[in-house]
Amino acid sequence: MATRKLLGLFQDPEKVAEAMTALKDGGFPGEDLDVYSGAPYPEGSFGEHDPAHRLFMFPLVGALVGFTIGLLWTAGTQISYPLVTGGKPLLSIPPMTIIMYENTMLGAIIFTVLGVLFESRLPKRSLGLYDERITEGYLGLVVDCPTEKAADAERILTANGAEEVKKDAA
Amino acid sequence: MYYRRTLTEAQINRELLGTVLSTPLWWVVLTGLLGIVVAGMLSAIGFMFNQGLKVTGLGEPVFWGFFITNFIFWVGISHAGVMISAILRLSQAEWRRPMVRAAETMTVFSLMCSLLMPLIHAGRPWRIFYWVFPYDWARGIWPDVRSPLVWDPTAIITYLTSSSLFVYTALIPDLAVIRDRSTGWRRTVYGALALGWHGNPRQWKLQGLAGILLSALILPVFVSVHSIVSWDFSVSLVPAWHVTVFAPYFVIGAVHSGVSAVVTLMIIMRKLYKLENYIWEEHIDAVARLLIVVANTWLFFFWLDLVWALWLKEEQEMAVWQLRMFEAPWSWLFFLFFTLGYAIPVPLWFFRKVRRSFTWMLWTSLLVNFGMFLERLLIIVPSLAKRGPWVFDWASYRPSPVEITVILGSVALVSFLLLLFSKFFPLIPLWEEKEGQLFIEEIKVGARVVPAIVKEH
Repeated sequence: MATRKLLGLFQDPEKVAEAMTALKDGGFPGEDLDVYSGAPYPEGSFGEHDPAHRLFMFPLVGALVGFTIGLLWTAGTQISYPLVTGGKPLLSIPPMTIIMYENTMLGAIIFTVLGVLFESRLPKRSLGLYDERITEGYLGLVVDCPTEKAADAERILTANGAEEVKKDAA
Repeated sequence: MYYRRTLTEAQINRELLGTVLSTPLWWVVLTGLLGIVVAGMLSAIGFMFNQGLKVTGLGEPVFWGFFITNFIFWVGISHAGVMISAILRLSQAEWRRPMVRAAETMTVFSLMCSLLMPLIHAGRPWRIFYWVFPYDWARGIWPDVRSPLVWDPTAIITYLTSSSLFVYTALIPDLAVIRDRSTGWRRTVYGALALGWHGNPRQWKLQGLAGILLSALILPVFVSVHSIVSWDFSVSLVPAWHVTVFAPYFVIGAVHSGVSAVVTLMIIMRKLYKLENYIWEEHIDAVARLLIVVANTWLFFFWLDLVWALWLKEEQEMAVWQLRMFEAPWSWLFFLFFTLGYAIPVPLWFFRKVRRSFTWMLWTSLLVNFGMFLERLLIIVPSLAKRGPWVFDWASYRPSPVEITVILGSVALVSFLLLLFSKFFPLIPLWEEKEGQLFIEEIKVGARVVPAIVKEH
């Protein structure tokens, strides 16, 4: 099914919320609506659906990977050439934990950042339908709809205070 | 904390991207001057590599001098940047907004500068290769993980990577703002760096969570790094270097000097970049109150360090303290360090008028850092310079012009890098300020009108 994207530009957040409600009432599912803003509005300000994510899994996996690398590095390098120094044990746990700890934390942090990007659906190669005024204070309400419903969506956006409606190429 | 003025998003963009979108003359002049000092430092380092460490004041038995002092000093400065940012983000403190980016950036550049110090101190930095890879490929002898020489780079590289990622993640929405205001190749570069950011609710939610999650993860790293730096000392047999409290003493000392450096940076930024709408007396006041707590905690650990040496009455420990406190020139430096690092600034900070004065806070924060540099010097050098038993060849330490040039150059280097950063990226997060403006509404409670700030994640 061919789809089209429309971007309604607003200045007033209340009007975005009203347009969102009107679109949902007009048969446009919430998952097909999105809002672009230049600042983080409180969650649910526009009646948008709550985005689900699994970000909290990423640091756990990263910590596990980091710990494993730390263990392999500290134990592996010592075992690969068993050189006893100062009569100390070859696998000396206290200094090993220092490096394993740092590696664990580094793994957790790197994976968290990767998780943030992945869950944010970044990077994106193209901006698609977008307007530079969004980072200047405007709010963009995006409607992803079947081509035959695009006219309806445009009408609802305009009726609810959109200053301009942009459309992607048909 | 009350917002002084209602600012539109366009105004925030214009005011905070001033240096990014145009190049003021003062920026060119200042960056040029600092660049000359940095070039001087690089020449001094080059001269030292060519001539060897004999051009420094280092020699038997004082093998650690200005370079290692400077290493600890900059690691310390780097600590408070991320610490203050992480704590304020975790506690959702409203006054964090103008401070976090500059503090985090200072962390990254201070760490880079600190990393430079042991490398040049090694005299032959190209041999650093052997810290990471096997000494001998054929036999496969790896660096000994039981050595602090391996712990230190591991910790610092972890912290540097984490801090850089922390800065970058929070920078993505602002990169999109610059992308939208740029043309040509700049638009391509900023577009690539912004990764296609749109600013939809999903991305904003993840951005908020990233701030909290990364703060929670980076705080333990910050504590571990300076603890590990302190273990460089405490695993040795040098007197006065292995008191049990050394790790927390180092950490709190780092916080003391680092938070002071954040104050210095904020005040200079306010003046240079004309950020009067963003950095107010209330911000500096809030940090100064935090500094009072930090400085007094530092004093407690400093006291513990001293009192345990006295309590044990260990001859070697006592001799080092005797040298530090009562024998010139160390006694003069000790007096200077304590006066500048604590005795002058901290009592002054008890006065609200001082805490809210940009001039007073600039000078007192600078004093703290001068004092704390001396503190690190006094930890390192007298312990090594003290004549110990069975030592027949000893000397004191006097920094050479090469070392002094490198120290001054390191201050210029961090300032130079910060100025360079400010040319390409905003030092105050635009999106944080814009978010703050969303919560600017006031409500009437009884006879008072108070800000209605509610923020949840």
